[in-house]
Amino acid sequence: MTAQPTDIATYNFAYLDEQTKRMIRRAILKGIAIPGYQVPFASREMPMPYGWGTGGVQVTASIIGPDDVLKVIDQGADDTTNAVSIRAFFKKVANVAVTTETAKATIIQTRHRIPEHPLTAGQVLVYQVPIPEPLRFLEPRETETRKMHALEEYGLMHVKLYEDIARHGRIATTYAYPVKIEGRYVMDPSPTPKFDNPKMHRSPALQLFGAGREKRIYALPPFTDVVSLDFEDHPFEVQTFDQPCALCAAENVYLDEVILDDHGGHMFVCSDTDHCEKRREQGHRGHLAPETPPALEKTEPTQ
Amino acid sequence: MDIATQAIEGGFADPVFDAQAVFRAVMDAMARPGTLQPLPVFARPPAPLSATAGAIALALCDNDTPLWLDLVLQTPATVRSWLGFHTGAPLANTPADAHFALIATPAEMMALDGFSQGTQDYPDRSTTLILQVGDLVSGAPLLLEGPGIETTATIAPAQMPRHFVEQWKQNNQRFPRGVDIVLATPDGVACLPRTTRIKTMEA
Repeated sequence: MTAQPTDIATYNFAYLDEQTKRMIRRAILKGIAIPGYQVPFASREMPMPYGWGTGGVQVTASIIGPDDVLKVIDQGADDTTNAVSIRAFFKKVANVAVTTETAKATIIQTRHRIPEHPLTAGQVLVYQVPIPEPLRFLEPRETETRKMHALEEYGLMHVKLYEDIARHGRIATTYAYPVKIEGRYVMDPSPTPKFDNPKMHRSPALQLFGAGREKRIYALPPFTDVVSLDFEDHPFEVQTFDQPCALCAAENVYLDEVILDDHGGHMFVCSDTDHCEKRREQGHRGHLAPETPPALEKTEPTQ
Repeated sequence: MDIATQAIEGGFADPVFDAQAVFRAVMDAMARPGTLQPLPVFARPPAPLSATAGAIALALCDNDTPLWLDLVLQTPATVRSWLGFHTGAPLANTPADAHFALIATPAEMMALDGFSQGTQDYPDRSTTLILQVGDLVSGAPLLLEGPGIETTATIAPAQMPRHFVEQWKQNNQRFPRGVDIVLATPDGVACLPRTTRIKTMEA
């Protein structure tokens, strides 16, 4: 009796064995109970290399059930390699419904963006995290960073931000911008652009963070205070863009620069592809949108 | 039914999906303290272990998690052998060694600070207490606030430990150390993570 690829989900649901899932589930519960604290866990090898989201995949595999609807994004896009392959992985090993629409998803696994569409209660956002320790580049020793978290000794982080100001006249950190959770733990929000930090603050959705190589899980319950570190005279600011999305004319969203030719031609488009498509369906058009929009191929991605 | 049969029967009918459903209810309850997450009956453990508390133990415990039982649960051999057969969890010698504690009579339980509080370096190494309570409406009302709660939430769990509000205040003060509480009612599960604060009701 060998399991056919089609029934692998019934043979071993969601890839991980049950004991591993229990271990990860216990770590998730501790993470929720101590927001911002990195819970060590016995990260497994996954059928993909470190750096491809093994932490996020293990978290998703441990919480997902047959009724869940999964969305996976990579830098805001549903159609890039990492997103497509993780979505295909869960279709195969858990036989779950997948979607690209933010509002329809119950679990959203993300690599470095938070969707533009506001998240709602009941949704779970799972982040793939490369380096969970915000102090790691300031202090390489785990024994020391652990002590710094234990003693709430975060002066070094403020020195780093201050040095940014001394050198550049402003805080030059633009992604993985450190945040303080409920006035206690300093946390790495994963390398999301700092544009997304305010969306973490008191979000109605549950946010889970998984770092596979570094073997850490941490969490933000809904309605948790997430404050980006700053100074009174240099308050935290998000990126602003001086032009709207070239395809859907959206403003106040995060934009990617796309190079059009080798003569310096470029345009700025929404990094959140689902948000951009939805707006174009509603008739919003940017200055570089084609005259007759091509029929947007509808969602269900093939494996 | 003899002891051997009672130890074997009454586990999850569908271990993979039942464990997932129970975990999701506990996760949602932990993320939204003070809300009751409904749970159907998944397990039929021997009395006095309740169906809900039994199901939570099956979903979360295994040979990595020393388990502590209160006096009422320690006494009957059936409960010990049922948990042993289905989870493989060893029994903790002292409450301070336990990863999980199952408590059938919270009103008579020992003080919260007798359980493992974790350390300042590893606050996750603390005991999670699973308290069997009759309901969330007939006890003294607790006004809750903290992470996971938009403004405030109110629950009134029955049969809570003595001097609970005062004990919980001390538990808050130990943060990030401290215990987390899972309330297992016949209808479902609610949680009090260590971040949840009980506001004292003012007249």
